[in-house]
Amino acid sequence: MTLKASEISVGDTFEEVLVEDLKRTQLVMYAGASGDYNPLHTDDLYCREAAGYPGVFAHGMLTMGMTGRVVTNLFGPESIKKYGVRFTNQVWPGDDLSGKAEIEAIREEGGEMLVDVKLTTTNQNGDVVVTGAATARVDP
Amino acid sequence: MTDEKAIKIPVEATHIMMFARSIGDYSPEFHDAEQAQQTDAGGIVAPPTFLQSLAQFNPDYFLRPKPGEAWFGSGKEPSGVVGKATSSGGLHAEQHFEFERPVRPGDVLYATVKDGDSWVKESKRAGKLTFSERITEYRDENGELVCTARGVGVTTERPVDQG
Repeated sequence: MTLKASEISVGDTFEEVLVEDLKRTQLVMYAGASGDYNPLHTDDLYCREAAGYPGVFAHGMLTMGMTGRVVTNLFGPESIKKYGVRFTNQVWPGDDLSGKAEIEAIREEGGEMLVDVKLTTTNQNGDVVVTGAATARVDP
Repeated sequence: MTDEKAIKIPVEATHIMMFARSIGDYSPEFHDAEQAQQTDAGGIVAPPTFLQSLAQFNPDYFLRPKPGEAWFGSGKEPSGVVGKATSSGGLHAEQHFEFERPVRPGDVLYATVKDGDSWVKESKRAGKLTFSERITEYRDENGELVCTARGVGVTTERPVDQG
């Protein structure tokens, strides 16, 4: 069940574990589904010996997709009006990520009740990997 | 009615299922038509970042190996491209989606991509950063806007320092 506007207040926070010990296989799955076959995300040899990175790292869009779960679980995927992020740090295999949503505003616009949410995803070291914002439609 | 350069995206339930799995989301709205009907979504919908898989439908997408063309990933050698590989290729800096309505299986969308602004910044961790913006509009078969996406890519002077 998704939340109603009457069930939330500005300043409320919701946290969710997005992934524990991120696997390289998950990166391969994301490459296959999204069509982004950049070897930086699936090809360790290329990363180490050709690209100068310590190994493969996650597609930013995988982290954005996982982070989106925090909002879609709260308000339902059909209710999302806006969702945007900034990628602030790379995400690596083995990382644990947790996503946090903070209610910033509950407002009416064009006859709809909307909720604005601030999003932050953090790794096991406390480094922020994604910051973002979303707006969702909510029932009163 | 559609722009001839528009990329056609037939949205299918199986692709939504695969995409949802790939982001670790096993919610019924993405996986099971009958269960999805019992949710507020009233049927299968796409996760908000699903339209990024536009890449699958773009015939010229550069991050997909193509028959007869050199591919920069590893095979016999660490890179299939002779000489210096694209050691500091593009990274994704920002991504934004704005929806007029949810995307559902059966939708046939047409995406048009145009360049936005570009700007340069200096950074300690990766040298000169060149940012460039791309705006993608997704319209349905009636020409109605479904989603506007704004992506910001960045190319770095050198790989991002991990220190």
